[in-house]
Amino acid sequence: MLEIKGLKVKLEEEDKEILKGVDLTVEPGSVHAIMGPNGSGKSTLSYVLSGREGYVVTEGSATLDGEDLLDLEPEERAALGLFLAFQYPVEIPGVGNMTFLRTAVNAQRKARGKEEMNATDFLKLIRAKAKELKIDAEMLKRPVNVGFSGGEKKRNEILQMAMLEPKMCILDETDSGLDVDAMKLVSDGVNALRDAGRGFLVITHYQRLLDHIIPDVVHIMADGRIVKSGGPELAQEVERDGYAGIMAEVPA
Amino acid sequence: MNAPIQSKRAQLKQAKLAATEERLQGLSLPQGGVWATEARQSALARLREMGLPARRDEYWKFTRPDTLIQQEAPVAEVLAHDEAPVFDGIDRLKIVFVDGVFSAAESDPLDLAGVEIERLADAAKADIHWAREIFGVLEARGQSPVERPLAAFNTGFADDGVVVRVTDRAQKPVSLIYRHESETSDAMLHHVVRLEKGADLTLLENGPAAARFNKVLEVDVADGAAFHHVRAQGRDHQRRAATHIFARLGAESVFKSFTLTVNGMLTRNECVVEFTGDDAVAHVAGACLGDGDFLHDDTVFITHDAVACESRQVFKKVLRNGATGVFQGKILVKPGAQKTDGYQKSQSLLLDDDSQFLAKPELEIYADDVACSHGSTSGAIDEEGLFYLRSRGIEEGPATDLMTLAFLAEAVEEIEDEHLAEEITARLEGWLARRRG
Repeated sequence: MLEIKGLKVKLEEEDKEILKGVDLTVEPGSVHAIMGPNGSGKSTLSYVLSGREGYVVTEGSATLDGEDLLDLEPEERAALGLFLAFQYPVEIPGVGNMTFLRTAVNAQRKARGKEEMNATDFLKLIRAKAKELKIDAEMLKRPVNVGFSGGEKKRNEILQMAMLEPKMCILDETDSGLDVDAMKLVSDGVNALRDAGRGFLVITHYQRLLDHIIPDVVHIMADGRIVKSGGPELAQEVERDGYAGIMAEVPA
Repeated sequence: MNAPIQSKRAQLKQAKLAATEERLQGLSLPQGGVWATEARQSALARLREMGLPARRDEYWKFTRPDTLIQQEAPVAEVLAHDEAPVFDGIDRLKIVFVDGVFSAAESDPLDLAGVEIERLADAAKADIHWAREIFGVLEARGQSPVERPLAAFNTGFADDGVVVRVTDRAQKPVSLIYRHESETSDAMLHHVVRLEKGADLTLLENGPAAARFNKVLEVDVADGAAFHHVRAQGRDHQRRAATHIFARLGAESVFKSFTLTVNGMLTRNECVVEFTGDDAVAHVAGACLGDGDFLHDDTVFITHDAVACESRQVFKKVLRNGATGVFQGKILVKPGAQKTDGYQKSQSLLLDDDSQFLAKPELEIYADDVACSHGSTSGAIDEEGLFYLRSRGIEEGPATDLMTLAFLAEAVEEIEDEHLAEEITARLEGWLARRRG
């Protein structure tokens, strides 16, 4: 379970508060969506949770299954079961996708005190998972994200998620840059991973992704706070009235 | 007005020539047949005229030549074998030199279809030999406009090496293996390679060679021929090396050379390429990893004297703990060399503030319809990529290694043969893993 309490965050470089007290709990088995206008702090929340540099937590806490996330290195958070699907997956030339994933899978297994997966088992597993996401063998051999289309990059993120089997998945604007078919493919990949033990936090600007990945709870974020929460119908409201319309209802 | 400056210059030159004469004292040219003796005498005359390199020379500002030219080679410890030799997994014809001396016992028989291989020492004994058109000839051509005295020194005094004539597609690579056994060995080797029309050869080189190594490789690539060169310089840290490649390229020929350097207190690799026929391609690339007392210098000069040739230089250096990287690369486009495509990239990854990268990229263009570009950068590790890898559970150390490989990838990708590229990547990975302990 991901629990965020009163989280306040500012930028390291300038004295600017981005998150102004965020409270959020995501239970295993549930899908929460965070929607909000640009600059509301959605992506910052995903970065702070996953341990990216450049942010200072001034107040509040974030725990995963009771473990304090905020003091941990990014790789330790990953080992605990946190996964961030990047809005802009990074290209890493010279490092094969397969090598990268095997290094990651085995690093996490090692951190959890499990034996490393051997090459044969790994190959079998990744081929099966890649097939479901329509990722061909060629794409697995290529350097990480290099020369991938927008859709291929996002599918590659979901493949990583499938291979690493995290407890808590954060999807940061996974729909950006995707056409309808690619969005369907990515959503199917995510839906296939939904199970009772896994929580999701889906960050998106638009409602359309939530037509495919149906959330249990929708939160609206504005100016560094969650200003409204509700069921999937809240996403429809955003689509109909825009953020301005919804925020007009919220007491300042 | 200029008189005092000139006299200062003249003084420096005089001192240089005196030092050169002193260094040459007691040395005598190797015995050989008529052609070789003529070539050596002419090289010695060139050397006496220009003098051995000195600190004030324009192309020796970043790299001190002292230890390369002093009488005795500085002592270099021999590294204990701790990993399988590079290219072990490659089917190749092996030619072994121990401290710069050919070892027949350890070499394969010099038989390869489409390839004639001789020792320089044997070829030099003949009074007439095809090699006379190349030996010392390409080196001499490469002395202008920039002097390369160590290469002339080599032509004069090296008496071992291989002389290779390729008439067809070689069935497997020729592999020169340079073993280092003596802590004080001072070796010189000179190789001559001639690729006839349409011929194809891959030449491999590996090993530290000696405590001090001076090597020249002259390559004449005829029309439509292809020469691939992959080299891994030895890991013995205290070794010093000055190497030169002189290549002359015919029409529609291909020349591709890649060098890996890990460790080595001093390495100066010069590569001089001349396009003499149209539509030819030359790629020169290098990757180096240096830690601590390490200086690595790539000095490249590419002359476009033909139409529609493509040259590409890609040099990547990873430097830490005060290591120094030097790059001096020049593209010269002569009048009439239209449709030239010249590209030059030199980059360093500085893993700390103590390391430095000194770059001197130069373009000199006398034709108006050309595309030439150069870029030189120094930077730290890409934080975006590092975070991406760490967010997947990879610890900072291994993640940094992967980002280092990513930085070097563009240079390694210049190796066309997949298996050779894998051999080189395995070396890089091994080095990084050892540094992490």
